Amino acid sequence: MAILINNLEHSGARAICGRYDNRPDALLEILRETQEAERYLNNEALVTIAGALNISRADIHGVVSFYPDYQREAPAGHVVKICMAEACQAVGCEALAAEAEAKFGAKIDGVKSSDGQIGLEAVYCLGNCALGPSVMIDGVLYGRVTPDRLHALLRERSAGEV
Amino acid sequence: MTGRALKIYVPCDASAVSVGADDVAAAIAAEAAARKINLTIIHNGTRGMLWLEPLVEVETPQGRVAYGPVTVSDIGSLFEAGFLEGGDHALAHGLTEEIPYFAKQQRLTFARCGVIDPLDLRDYESYGGLAGLRRALKMRPEEIVETVTDSGLRGRGGAGFPTGIKWKTALAQKSDVKYICCNADEGDSGTFADRVLMEGDPFSLIEGMVIAGRAVGAETGYIYLRSEYPHAIKAMRKAVEIWKDAGLLGADIEGSGTGFEIHIRIGAGAYICGEESSMLESIEGKRGEVKVKPPIPAISGLFGKPTIINNVLSLASVPVILEKGSEFYKDFGMGRSRGTQAFQLAGDIARGGLVEKAFGVTLRELVEDFGGGARSGKLVRAVQTGGPLGAYVPVSDFDVVMDYEALAEAGAMLGHGGVVVFNDSVDMVSQARFAMKFCEIESCGKCTPCRIGAVRGKETIDKIIAGENVKENLAILEDLCDLMEDASLCAMGGLTPMPVRSAVKHFPEDFGG
Ligand SMILES: Cc1cc2nc3c(=O)[nH]c(=O)nc-3n(C[C@H](O)[C@H](O)[C@H](O)COP(=O)(O)O)c2cc1C
Ligand code: SF4
Ligand code: FES
Ligand code: FES
Repeated sequence: MAILINNLEHSGARAICGRYDNRPDALLEILRETQEAERYLNNEALVTIAGALNISRADIHGVVSFYPDYQREAPAGHVVKICMAEACQAVGCEALAAEAEAKFGAKIDGVKSSDGQIGLEAVYCLGNCALGPSVMIDGVLYGRVTPDRLHALLRERSAGEV
Repeated sequence: MTGRALKIYVPCDASAVSVGADDVAAAIAAEAAARKINLTIIHNGTRGMLWLEPLVEVETPQGRVAYGPVTVSDIGSLFEAGFLEGGDHALAHGLTEEIPYFAKQQRLTFARCGVIDPLDLRDYESYGGLAGLRRALKMRPEEIVETVTDSGLRGRGGAGFPTGIKWKTALAQKSDVKYICCNADEGDSGTFADRVLMEGDPFSLIEGMVIAGRAVGAETGYIYLRSEYPHAIKAMRKAVEIWKDAGLLGADIEGSGTGFEIHIRIGAGAYICGEESSMLESIEGKRGEVKVKPPIPAISGLFGKPTIINNVLSLASVPVILEKGSEFYKDFGMGRSRGTQAFQLAGDIARGGLVEKAFGVTLRELVEDFGGGARSGKLVRAVQTGGPLGAYVPVSDFDVVMDYEALAEAGAMLGHGGVVVFNDSVDMVSQARFAMKFCEIESCGKCTPCRIGAVRGKETIDKIIAGENVKENLAILEDLCDLMEDASLCAMGGLTPMPVRSAVKHFPEDFGG
């Protein structure tokens, strides 16, 4: 995604850069902390960081697009990361993912559910390979996840919001 | 409420928590309060018997008694059964250390893991912690390097390079600034030992890093920790704080003249950043692209300075080597594989978990004796050892001995010690396809054989799956694998053919061949 507009300012990002003494080698930390607040990185934030660290916008775009953790668009209300790596394949993660897609009307690494509440992502190993299938929902790890358990966990979350 | 508080252990390990350990701890605390029983809950790391998690332990005069896997609904009956005195219950396993899975292990690197409170420095010290560092602080750097070399320790991150030789190179460099970088990116599917150690005994990693710093003359350390490990990040951050507050980091550690500081850097979801040159780029705040060697990092690494890069387990094995001596460590293992290896049993396996054992155990012992076969009750068909770039091994080869050389001879690799079990419903052509797909997703993009080869490989396998000119396409696949092996810059592209070829070789029936 191109960053075309000049003179954008993001005060949160600028403060984070300041805490890292505007050091370019802290770029990953700065991006991560900036993203924590708004859940994605907007143009204002990237332009501000580029200016503060005195690196080009092309460089920052190169870094942001290299790493899967960085988001350039607002993610779904709940982000469900399903481990699709070998040890979880061995215990049926593909079936779990397919059921989740059907149940929530979302696609892995694609469209969110129609209400924008659920997004599905494939990840490759959460370090819980003896107790798969493993899933991380909004940063919280779950093991031995069945389709029923996944639905229940998401129901609990949406119930908490009303 | 009188008397000494009873001690109960409920793990804070991410795997244990992923199946409800925190809820179990809360339920035990609530039930004890309701019954006016005074007890202390200690959040230990895991013992590594992950299929029993949440594994609750109770301290008794005879030793710690294990109950697991405990759910919240079991708490009432556990109290009724008198589990606080080690009473019998359907979930009781007797003394933890007498459970065969645990008793048959040789815990050196993981000696304290699951035993102590991971963030209690006094606990750490009373179980042998700091002894290695204190000896190292009295030794000359050359002597430390020699001890590590003599122990036979080889890198546990995958490549198995002798740790002492790497250190010797870095020590020989004349530079005012040098770095110790701990590779905690643990991206291989089927591996979790680094995580278990960082959550269960984080001080041992810090101790290993400080010793490494003293050995090569480095005063700054980085831990590159993957973002997928929030529990480990929290534990390591706290451990570094506690260690610092105890005066064990800083300008002059215990009056030795050695100074050391540690920074933690969090990854951002890229598997390739486990490759060492990519990791250094990432720590410098750049795209994690692989760099051409030479120069090797021990000569010119992070910010162009001499840098030691070691895996978590390599560094965490150093304190015990310094404490007990190189001969002690070397006595474990066989051939050129000395010491112990943390094997990680994963996938469709009844008793998944961590098994630390001297090199020389067979794959069959791990999968059948320790692991108990498939969790699903189906027949085991294949095992992938050494992560996503490792080979698929058929049951007929299960007598292979688990050491670097024996596995290489069998066309497989040890890697970081992962053992992923598949049952007889596995379709090996899809596993081969996945290997190519994984390489396509995770390639850093720097060199063509990997970046383009993986895509072509996946397409070719798709044709084989569709039954199109199977023989010709298998030949094309072979050819492509040759090219990727020969011409890729790093092991991502260079080893992706290993799972593919092993699948074709051992399971031709799945390839319509
Ligand atoms: C694609 C790729 C991924 C790697 N991932 C890791 C990893 O996650 N952790 C690790 O310690 N080493 C990993 N390595 C190996 C490192 O490049 C390096 O050999 C290792 O960190 C050196 O430490 P050691 O000698 O203590 O093993 C990887 C290598 C490649 C090619
Ligand atoms: S083999 Fe793949 S991951 Fe390694 S340098 Fe080449 S493109 Fe990058
Ligand atoms: S393979 Fe799924 S958690 Fe490791
Ligand atoms: S990526 Fe360099 S020529 Fe295509």
